[in-house]
Amino acid sequence: MAGSTLEIKDLHVEIEGQEILKGVNLTINGGEFHAVMGPNGTGKSTLASAIMGHPKYEVTKGEVLLDGENVLEMEVDERAQAGLFLAMQYPSEISGVTNSDFLRSSINAHREEGDEISLMKFIKEMDAKMDTLDMDKNMAQRYLNEGFSGGEKKRNEILQLMMIQPAIAILDEIDSGLDIDALKVVAKGINEMRNDAFGCLIITHYQRLLNYITPDKVHVMMQGRVVKSGGPELSQRLEAEGYDWIKQELGIEDETVNA
Amino acid sequence: MTVEVSLPYDKEYISQFSQGQNEPEWMKNLRLSALEKSESLPLPKPDKTNISKWNFTEFDHHVTGDRIESLDELPVEIKDFLDEEKEQQNLVIQRNHTVAYGTIDQKLKDQGVIFTDIGTALREHSELVEKYYMNDAVHMDEHRLTALHAALMNGGVFLYVPKNVQIEDPIQAIFWQEDPKASLINHILVVAEENSSVTYVENYISHNKEEKTSANIVTEVIAKDEAKVSFGAVDNFEAGTTVYANRRGVAYRDSVIEWALGQMNEGDTVSENITHLIGDNSHSNAKTVAIGRGKQKQNFTANITHFGKGSDGYILQHGVMKDKASAIFNGIGKIEHGASKSNAEQESRVLMLSSDARGDANPILLIDEDDVTAGHAASVGRVDPIQLYYLMSRGISKFEAERLIIHGFLAPVVNQLPVEAVKRQLQQVIERKVY
Repeated sequence: MAGSTLEIKDLHVEIEGQEILKGVNLTINGGEFHAVMGPNGTGKSTLASAIMGHPKYEVTKGEVLLDGENVLEMEVDERAQAGLFLAMQYPSEISGVTNSDFLRSSINAHREEGDEISLMKFIKEMDAKMDTLDMDKNMAQRYLNEGFSGGEKKRNEILQLMMIQPAIAILDEIDSGLDIDALKVVAKGINEMRNDAFGCLIITHYQRLLNYITPDKVHVMMQGRVVKSGGPELSQRLEAEGYDWIKQELGIEDETVNA
Repeated sequence: MTVEVSLPYDKEYISQFSQGQNEPEWMKNLRLSALEKSESLPLPKPDKTNISKWNFTEFDHHVTGDRIESLDELPVEIKDFLDEEKEQQNLVIQRNHTVAYGTIDQKLKDQGVIFTDIGTALREHSELVEKYYMNDAVHMDEHRLTALHAALMNGGVFLYVPKNVQIEDPIQAIFWQEDPKASLINHILVVAEENSSVTYVENYISHNKEEKTSANIVTEVIAKDEAKVSFGAVDNFEAGTTVYANRRGVAYRDSVIEWALGQMNEGDTVSENITHLIGDNSHSNAKTVAIGRGKQKQNFTANITHFGKGSDGYILQHGVMKDKASAIFNGIGKIEHGASKSNAEQESRVLMLSSDARGDANPILLIDEDDVTAGHAASVGRVDPIQLYYLMSRGISKFEAERLIIHGFLAPVVNQLPVEAVKRQLQQVIERKVY
């Protein structure tokens, strides 16, 4: 199976009346890892949130299609059930709901009624994935993200990714706030997902993460658009030289969306 | 305008009732003087809730209930409160105003533990009961409802834990208002002597949707030096029962009183939960969760008052309001002069599920000492859309996501209840009331 295809066409997005995305075009096929890079304030996270359906973001123009289906007409849960996943930069803390109950509800939401995952199988899978991510087992019984450190939250997002096994995942700054050891662990988890069906869009500020997860394609965002695309060599050049050369090449003075 | 409320029960009735129960003389005298006071004392005035027209006086005062020989005879809705796997060693089931079932572990009995209905306690342990009954915690003459309670008390339990006795298994009481008009005027008296510990859990249940009655419950928990009392309750009276519940604790040196109250009544309710931290380094943790629905009016007060040095109080109140229900949550942390190094913390949160509902969280800190710490957090709002988004982004439906958030919001009390069956039953009640 070749997996799913996510197509983003001329996407325009506003938050509280201000336009952040000004026509993003991007296609991710199953089996491909894409990296979206760019300085702060260029619209990277907005792209991730808008695709998933964050309530504060309003799409004013353009399309997001998953295997030809219009994602923008779906409710958030329907988007997830259709195969999308977003590892969030700031996941919510939900008191009183254990991580494990939440995960099981998430998995079952992807399955037909009557075909719920058995408790035994669930625990076995969760234990195995937690081992991969070097997570403390008692995190399963803690309340969802409540009191988790920054690194624990990120690992927990990747744990969900590995348990839910979506068709296309978007990882929003999954590397921010991680030390090098944690970064390696998180990368290991993501690399385990790699196969010829799974598509992934990795949003990152730094090239650092891409030392451990090699992208097939690299895109640079500025002023709410993708301004440059290339192969893995593009991210290496960005690491070495920064973003200024792109700005010069394209005649951009202020790369942020406010420009 | 004043509303004259005359009590349908007079001196003669009360004397006869007391005699009929073979009560000690002091109890009869207390009842009679309370009856007299009840005529002149005003109703309590809970903040922002007018209770002057609530029914506190119309009910049937003495209704017996059949005894049962075995727990199998209980209807399902009562059996629900009992752990199936574990045999209940320490259990009292009160049916209307009489005991249907009572048992206590022989080992505890041998250690001097008393767990019995209040009537038996008055007959068999009169001096012990007299020492604590409406003396240290609640006073008979605080207002009309405490006086009415003292005059007409017709049920409840007495739990006495002697010095150095640690009880591991929970002690359980079920108060079953089977008759639609029976009024549970229950008195719960828990005395934990020095260095003892006990976990007690109680359930109130009735089925009177239409028929009107009233419950007037007074609970007194006395924790002596170094004692630990963990008190759990789920109140689930039907809409016809107007409830006044007064649960009060007195904590002496190095003692702990923990409250976990699930306030699930369907009728109008005034509930106050007050703990006096008398002794140095005493500690109380008072958690309440409540749900309001229909046109229900409720008023909850959680108060921890610090007298002892280094005393520590933590109040948590979480309420879910739907339909046209209204509820006031008063959280009061009071530190008296001299209670240095004390800490008073509180958190009151109300989740609104309907725009017609009303919920107020009133955090109050009254501090008369310099060297203390205190803090409060209060919020009234709807289910957080960002939390919903997060859960839904994992494929969970909006309905299920809301359900998870609400159950999570009410979890602090659910999780603290000691008996699995009571925990499960509270979860079911929450499920039924919210959806």
